Amino acid sequence: MKIHEYQGKQLLTRYGVDVPRGRLVYTAAEAVQAARALGGARWVVKAQIHAGGRGKGGGVRVVDSVDAVEDAAHHMLGHRLGTAQTGAAGQMVRRLWVEEAVGIAHEYYLAVVTDRATQKLALIGSGHGGMEIEEVAAREPDAIVRVSVDPLAGLSDADAARLALGMGVPAALQSQAATLFRALLACYLETDATLLEINPLVQTVDGRLVALDAKFDFDANALYRQDDISALRDLDEEDPLEVVARQHDLAYIHLDGNIGCLVNGAGLAMATMDTIELFGGHPANFLDVGGGATAAKVTEAFRIMLANPRVEAILVNIFGGIMRCDTIAEGVIAACRAVDLQLPLVVRMKGTNEDLGKQMLADSGLPIIPAESLAEAAERVVAAVRRAGSPA
Amino acid sequence: MSIFIDRHTRVITQGVTGKTGAFHTRLCRDYANGREAFVAGVHPQRGGQDFEGMPIYASVAEARAATGATVSVVYVPPAGAAAAIWEAVEAGIGLVVAITEGIPVRDMLLLRARMRRRETEGHAPALLLGPNCPGLITPDEIKIGIMPGHIHRKGRIGVVSRSGTLTYEAVAQLTELGLGQSTAVGIGGDPINGLKHIDVMRAFQDDAETDAVIMIGEIGGPDEAECARWCRENFTKPVVGFIAGVTAPPGRRMGHAGALIAGGADTADAKLAVLEECGFAVTRNPSEMGRLLKKLLA
Repeated sequence: MKIHEYQGKQLLTRYGVDVPRGRLVYTAAEAVQAARALGGARWVVKAQIHAGGRGKGGGVRVVDSVDAVEDAAHHMLGHRLGTAQTGAAGQMVRRLWVEEAVGIAHEYYLAVVTDRATQKLALIGSGHGGMEIEEVAAREPDAIVRVSVDPLAGLSDADAARLALGMGVPAALQSQAATLFRALLACYLETDATLLEINPLVQTVDGRLVALDAKFDFDANALYRQDDISALRDLDEEDPLEVVARQHDLAYIHLDGNIGCLVNGAGLAMATMDTIELFGGHPANFLDVGGGATAAKVTEAFRIMLANPRVEAILVNIFGGIMRCDTIAEGVIAACRAVDLQLPLVVRMKGTNEDLGKQMLADSGLPIIPAESLAEAAERVVAAVRRAGSPA
Repeated sequence: MSIFIDRHTRVITQGVTGKTGAFHTRLCRDYANGREAFVAGVHPQRGGQDFEGMPIYASVAEARAATGATVSVVYVPPAGAAAAIWEAVEAGIGLVVAITEGIPVRDMLLLRARMRRRETEGHAPALLLGPNCPGLITPDEIKIGIMPGHIHRKGRIGVVSRSGTLTYEAVAQLTELGLGQSTAVGIGGDPINGLKHIDVMRAFQDDAETDAVIMIGEIGGPDEAECARWCRENFTKPVVGFIAGVTAPPGRRMGHAGALIAGGADTADAKLAVLEECGFAVTRNPSEMGRLLKKLLA
């Protein structure tokens, strides 16, 4: 689960991390008030959307007058902001963060991640802040320092010094840097974060280390014990169908194609999408109904897929293990009737009580196209879309 | 032979009285040698009671002392699962199979750190399979986990995968082609887990009764590539490789917590390229895994 930059900064201040003073605003008038209240002569107006790359998309403006604050707010609020991460449509800007501009002497990059290979935490730092870390990694890999941290032992003084040195933090600020590193690690662990990225972290002209940005991602499986974090969820930033799916305990992800797919198991669901693509089609979604799909859950899954207007055909691929194929057949038949399905439907069922399930589908009188293998199912659903007249 | 488990393995179930634990323990006991293999359950408040004739102990240590079990299977709900795994490790269980889905990453990070520290203190290492995995099965001998037993046949092909139903898909294809399995292992879809592809492949390499392997991976993480590079130097048997998620968009978690493209090296295409480079017979069509393997044996 992601949160907004301003929420991330508020969280960081609880761990003693220095961030610029700022205000959250919803209107241009509030932006003007915020700038006046903050005082000073330079401000930064920042669009609050979850996607990164806001700067390049025009979502971050440094301005020198209150009029310019108002102007920037007018241009951002209520408009869609497109960045490399939002897709072509962009994301609607509903809130802004107005903060004091700080005098910058140097920009760094700093992040905490969970390292799958070492099964430890990793602190990643660089003296090249303000640009995409992937870009730095490609152009100048030696400019990135990585320190592995055992979560039980914590960060050693030697590793803290090595990281600060590698980032090019001046000697006078190195103990401040070590304190910051430890604060970020504590914040990361205590909040069940899966990503904490500060880009840029700056050294100010008056010798402080200040976080100018804060990007967090949190472990969805740990939200049950993180009420403060859960409360920060902004449903406006999420795909509405994905929100509904989550409420029904379905893993759904919206994609750009036109073939809806309903599968049990995440790996098989991805393999089904891949096979559709292999046969010249394009999946409209990822949808894992999980291990215990009931007729009601399958019906809900159909509703969610069909709420996407681009869907022109549906492929159901179920490997009935513990879940029996006759139960799934019952669910599919009930779902077809409940939503009055008008689109071509290909069903591939395999496993426990397969023959019974297939017979039930055949006897239902519904125009269901059966398939034996996943490849055959993909071929048939792609053909069905082509027959319906649109390029698969 | 087989890897990790066989008909002589003795198993206890942690979380035996919960809905999932009870259901699957029943099915495991009904499979092949299950009645002899599954010797006890563990529940902190129900020591002294029994589960369908199988004794329940209050702790893993007691269950192990009473039965000599070397394997534990964990169905404990996510909030208490990491503690349950640690209890088994501390009790000296050699292989812990964690079925539970949805354990917080932090719990797994801390658990793995404790397991590392315990080893450096000189204790015998414990193996962990999973979490968020279907378990493992040596057909016609023993099934530990939630996979459907009836699709398996005894034979000489190994299967290893991060995904449950995709493992079943591979197994069913093999069985239909008349190729049985030595052991099928699901390592699970979480980012921080125990046994990885490479650990399972090492075991298959050492197993005289495994002739070839289907290895299934997915987007996210470095494990499949690392395993393939090890195999290039050390694995002498034919391998079919498939990686799910060619069509998955970057930055989105595809169901499994670990199925997330973070950088360029963990996409399906990048991993498929490494597998191919390392001598795997790679397919992009998951319906062809079984047939491709059969061709390699011909």
